[in-house]
Amino acid sequence: MKPLIKIENLSVGYDKEPVLHDVNLEIYEKDFLGIIGPNGGGKTTLLKAILGLLKPMKGKIIFREDINRRKKPIGYLPQVKHIDRNFPITVYEVVRSGSIMKNPKQVTSSQIKQKVEQLLTEMGISGIRNKAIGDLSGGQMQRVFLCRALLSDPKILILDEPDTFVDNRFEGELYEKLKELNKEMAILLVSHDVGTISSYVKTIACLNGELHYHPDNIITQNQLDGYNCPIKIISHGDIPHTILKSHK
Amino acid sequence: MSSLIELFSYDFFLKAFLAAVFASISCGIVGSYIVSRRIVFVSGGITHASFGGIGLAFLLGFNPLLGAVLFAVMSALGIQFFTKVAHVREDSSIAIWWSLGMALGIIFVFMTPGYTPNLMSYLFGNILTVTISELFWMFALNVLIILFFVFFFRKILYIAFDEEFARAAGLPVTLFNYLTITLIALTVVLNIRVVGIILILSLLTIPQAAANLFTKDFLKMLLLASLFAFIGTISGLFISYFLDIPSGAAIIFTLVIIFALLRVYKYFF
Repeated sequence: MKPLIKIENLSVGYDKEPVLHDVNLEIYEKDFLGIIGPNGGGKTTLLKAILGLLKPMKGKIIFREDINRRKKPIGYLPQVKHIDRNFPITVYEVVRSGSIMKNPKQVTSSQIKQKVEQLLTEMGISGIRNKAIGDLSGGQMQRVFLCRALLSDPKILILDEPDTFVDNRFEGELYEKLKELNKEMAILLVSHDVGTISSYVKTIACLNGELHYHPDNIITQNQLDGYNCPIKIISHGDIPHTILKSHK
Repeated sequence: MSSLIELFSYDFFLKAFLAAVFASISCGIVGSYIVSRRIVFVSGGITHASFGGIGLAFLLGFNPLLGAVLFAVMSALGIQFFTKVAHVREDSSIAIWWSLGMALGIIFVFMTPGYTPNLMSYLFGNILTVTISELFWMFALNVLIILFFVFFFRKILYIAFDEEFARAAGLPVTLFNYLTITLIALTVVLNIRVVGIILILSLLTIPQAAANLFTKDFLKMLLLASLFAFIGTISGLFISYFLDIPSGAAIIFTLVIIFALLRVYKYFF
């Protein structure tokens, strides 16, 4: 099986100063990979490189043939804090903006419209379609951006810190939804919250300048010590998660 | 009332009326983009920098608006270049171009022999002295802006809302940024005759702020802002005529009053 994305000896960063060194990573169909690491460890940098927003300084990122370099079927969920909440735009238009990830020659306007409606209904937010983006709660916002990411029928879904600014209830919902989506697409998720992530993902990678890959989702204290990952966060993340489970 | 209708039989008033219509549409649309994208300060820089071109035109004796276009576009691209390529902080590069343009303008005007009678009308605007050729260019700009926004509406909106996402999707974001900033420069310059360099920023922001009270939908905001700008400019024009006060200032004053009334209305209803 060929990987969807193959990253070879990638060094990437800003202003000639690499943040990541010699990263090697392969993402296959139906992978559910969680990348954890401290702030400044290069998590967002790696995502930007995959999305083509940063040029590799060394090494390369190879996409499988059916994933076109320009119009790549990648769904992307940015950090919610990067969104300008005062921008005059409706929920409908935000979701619809996901269509720019698609080759315009392959879809008609009415097909896009239909797909938007379908996603809004599936995600249970068709009632707020005409609301301004600034009037939404954190959980609603997350759902809107998930719809946008899914609009282009991605083969890979990339999420940047999806658990920040979201209440615990929706966090659980989000991960259940991702689990379901994972049946159809690979998921790459970046987070500093080790606790929550490890119970849902299939594999974990630690990123702190360099990448260390674990073929399963169990992290031992030993590994964390070696890779300089933030240990404190584990216990912090585990507590709300346990509460969430007992509620069900 | 009859004196109002009578006004339109005057050639100068008809021209002023058309200028008000064109200014409202162009400033309504472009201003909404500026406000949504939070680039009001950039637009202020471009506006003031264009004074350098007006000064140069006075000195060398060519059409001041041509000089203004030259400096406005140059500073627009200059600000982008300083920020994106030379990595100067954006607010700093705006301030540099803003003050450089003003300084050059003052030097050029000072070097111009004799008295420069029209200078005030460029600084503070005088809608009642708009010429036919200026009207023609304002009309052309309106056509350009409307076509650009009709053809690329969603692309403009999506890039403005989330530039990074648009870039990841492979949209020509940089090209669009240069095109829109050039359009802003042209809008600013061609509307200088209406309210002047010092006051043009208000036409690009006050009707938009008023529109924003009632809608958070980009398209509706464009339309509503144009409407409010039109009401403000026309009423300002009448007030200026009947009270015999400068038109630019009268228009801005009316715009602010309209905004205040709408804000109060919104508070109670």
